[in-house]
Amino acid sequence: MDNQYSYAGWRGFREGSWVNEIDLRSFIRHNFTMYDGNESFLEGPTQNTLDLWEQVMDLTRQEREAGGVLDMDTKVISTITSHGPGYLNKEKETIVGFQTDKPFKRAMMPYGGVRMAEKACADNGYTMDPQVKEFFTLHRKTHNAGVFDAYTPEMRACRSSHIITGLPDAYGRGRIIGDYRRVALYGVDRLIEDKEEQKNRTDSAMYAEVIRDREELSEQIRALKDLKKMAASYGFDISLPATNVKEAIQWLYFGYLAAVKEQNGAAMSLGRTSTFLDIYAERDLAEGTFTEKEIQEMVDHFIMKLRLIKFARTPEYNALFSGDPQWVTESLAGVGTCGKHFVTKMTYRYLHTLYNLGPSPEPNLTVLWSTRLPENFKRYCAKVSIETSSLQYENDDLMRYTHGDDYAIACCVSSMRLGKEMQFFGARANLAKCLLYAINGGVDEVSKKQVGPKYRPITSEYLDYDEVMERFDAMMEWLCKVYVNTLNVIHYMHDKYCYEKIQMALHDKKVTRWFATGIAGLSVVADSLSAIKYAKVRVIRDETGLAVDYEVEGDFPKYGNDDDRVDSLANLVLHKFMEHVRKNHTYRDSIPTTSILTITSNVVYGKATGSTPDGRKKGEAFAPGANPMHRRDEKGAIASLSSVAKLSFKDAQDGISNTFSIIPGALGKDDELFMGDFGDLGVELSDLGLEPDDLECNTCAAVPTLFEGLDGE
Amino acid sequence: MAGFVHSTESFGTVDGPGVRFVIFLQGCPMRCQYCHNPDTWKMNAGSLRSAESLLREYRRNKAFYAKGGITVTGGEALMQIDFVLELFTLAKKEQIHTCLDTSGITYRPGNTPYNEKLDALMEVTDLVMLDIKHIDAEGHKALTGHDNAGILAFARYLAEKQVPVWIRHVVVPGITDDPGQLARLGAFMASLPNVKALDVLPYHVMGVSKYRELDLPYPLEGVPAATQTQAKEAKQAILTAYWKQKRSQN
Repeated sequence: MDNQYSYAGWRGFREGSWVNEIDLRSFIRHNFTMYDGNESFLEGPTQNTLDLWEQVMDLTRQEREAGGVLDMDTKVISTITSHGPGYLNKEKETIVGFQTDKPFKRAMMPYGGVRMAEKACADNGYTMDPQVKEFFTLHRKTHNAGVFDAYTPEMRACRSSHIITGLPDAYGRGRIIGDYRRVALYGVDRLIEDKEEQKNRTDSAMYAEVIRDREELSEQIRALKDLKKMAASYGFDISLPATNVKEAIQWLYFGYLAAVKEQNGAAMSLGRTSTFLDIYAERDLAEGTFTEKEIQEMVDHFIMKLRLIKFARTPEYNALFSGDPQWVTESLAGVGTCGKHFVTKMTYRYLHTLYNLGPSPEPNLTVLWSTRLPENFKRYCAKVSIETSSLQYENDDLMRYTHGDDYAIACCVSSMRLGKEMQFFGARANLAKCLLYAINGGVDEVSKKQVGPKYRPITSEYLDYDEVMERFDAMMEWLCKVYVNTLNVIHYMHDKYCYEKIQMALHDKKVTRWFATGIAGLSVVADSLSAIKYAKVRVIRDETGLAVDYEVEGDFPKYGNDDDRVDSLANLVLHKFMEHVRKNHTYRDSIPTTSILTITSNVVYGKATGSTPDGRKKGEAFAPGANPMHRRDEKGAIASLSSVAKLSFKDAQDGISNTFSIIPGALGKDDELFMGDFGDLGVELSDLGLEPDDLECNTCAAVPTLFEGLDGE
Repeated sequence: MAGFVHSTESFGTVDGPGVRFVIFLQGCPMRCQYCHNPDTWKMNAGSLRSAESLLREYRRNKAFYAKGGITVTGGEALMQIDFVLELFTLAKKEQIHTCLDTSGITYRPGNTPYNEKLDALMEVTDLVMLDIKHIDAEGHKALTGHDNAGILAFARYLAEKQVPVWIRHVVVPGITDDPGQLARLGAFMASLPNVKALDVLPYHVMGVSKYRELDLPYPLEGVPAATQTQAKEAKQAILTAYWKQKRSQN
């Protein structure tokens, strides 16, 4: 092929359409090596890795003792180039780069909202520089200020009554994944060239959209130039493609680092990098550039850096998200549309960091699970899960239909094609509260204020299913309208005042935008409707006639027991909600989706919601995500999961999450399903001429793990 | 016909091989002191379910049970032998692996009409999990309210029928962990050529709250739960005697 482009970094790679256009998927498909073997090739940590990690543990201890934050910027506004280089120990680090000029120092990012940034300082014992405060109050508007200029009184009321909640109107929306692999494969100069060309193609009539495109492309180009400068401060020229795996990891990490220097987003995910990086590792192993031990060391150091991503946040934020999560999600494995799986040695190396550095929730290692993944890998995943409790699994067979085979997960479940799709994160609508508004004619059961439209309240002593359903449907229609419009305001302003320059620079020009709404309290609503339909629910009203509590007489089917009578109600509510969302205009031609995934904020949402007709009392937590309510699933795990699995993915395309914990003893005996093979009678080992270890290995190979049992092959 | 069902568990991982659909039948004549399911004792209680409706529940999720099957337990499953026979007969038509978890308490040698039913049931049973609570007749009586002659006879009956058996034994500190008795159990097992596995379970106290709910006194008040180590040691003691006996037989 006669190509315009040829780089030293591309030696030995099989060519494809990726050469002449930015196309990572093509590059990976032409060059990756499937790995069907087991974990025996993996290497332990080097002394340098152990030393660095000890240093990290020491700093972590100091941070904890200092009350959660060790150091914080109060004067320097974080940008891609705002800080000089930072190191743990320059001599020992194979992969470098921190968000500020030293590890554990949190950056100041006021573009999302100056008050939030100021409060993050104050709550942690720091004071924002008055000049910065003045600048972002008087001279430079923030995303948060923009939003509140445009909010309607109704939107504000919904927000303060928590029927819509967790909105990204004062903090970074996140959930956008730059395709950081592009930096390594193409080098920054080529990416700038590509963006310049895109910009040049937008010189027709100056409609508002075209002007916005040109302005955004200019911002993106500037960000790419800044990215080069930032890398140069660490002594790297990343103008050209990476020439080996060490550079590939470093280039890619610089791309990600630029994003987390610029944005304090609610989820700053990494993408799907392991199969890509393995191509470089395979080439280096073949050329003898690096050994397996050296490559594992680089991966360990890379993952160590990802574990040290930190943001300045407020205690309220941490309460909403139960901790201080970054959601550095990395998607692993999965299967290609061609039928080949994407498990490589690098996939193993990533998982192996959980041993070399110890278990950790970040980065959020997520296995894109398919029944067609190789057996050895499935076993290894099971082992890692049992031993570290640090893996997340998602259904690749389901998501591949919608997003192809080069998508990744942002946050916990939001899937998007890398560099081609992004999402507008939209928090959640509280459907349990919406049901109470339907009963009370739009009056909030906690504040007693008229928040929703003044529809006729239900006045009967006992609730009637048809009547409640009709009112609920009408109230949901109203809620969806306010909710979608609120999000429209938020994302318009975020684009305007807190634009993700570097992340969008690592996207195609034409991007599909998902408009991600969300639902909280689905199982509360399903059980409430079931109670109304199959038992008798008596309303208890206060002196003003407001329904404040409910008494359930008799039993009713509960979501979580694989019972279609109630599971169908959950699905019906989801479908109606989504239909109402779809009726509304969505900002920037985005496509509406929804998620059911309050993994952690279920406690906060529950606190703000009065008693519900399912018997749940005022203030009690909701179940997380799409989970059945606590202790109401009485038929064991499979029945419980089956109820959740009935929710239609096409109505909840942004993801359905189910949090499931089980004590190890309930998962079989000695970490394995008990199969009652001959070994169980303790056949005397010496009689068989086997050493104990041999027998154990044979048993491992012969006894299937739980996970195969779940495959139903 | 219909059976009295206490409850079902869709994800059984400790009641037979693989992932299993476990059916708890209602009703038990035993009053084992360590019983953790006193709510299954009462006869003719629970919900009435047809065999077909239970199989329907199984089929919904049968992909999960590919390497498992159905386990019927209780209560004492054999108190409703006609129902279990019908259920297992239907299950075998669908090639489902069937496992019966029983104490063997209902067996009497010479009780012809009942034993004919048992013969028929064994034709459609792939595995029996036989719970030997105490090998000593007196000890058994003290622990469960019944002697164990019928149970041991049932074990020999299963051997004669060549039905694969897993022996279960619960270790209660100070009650069922006497080394001499464990050795007797091992020796007895060695006389049964159909025994495939031994499952020794540590006694736990998770049943206590159920007694409180049912307003029943808890018979083992003050007896500590057994540790994993105690269970492992007991298993070793049983196996040592088992292998000693086996070798002397050869």
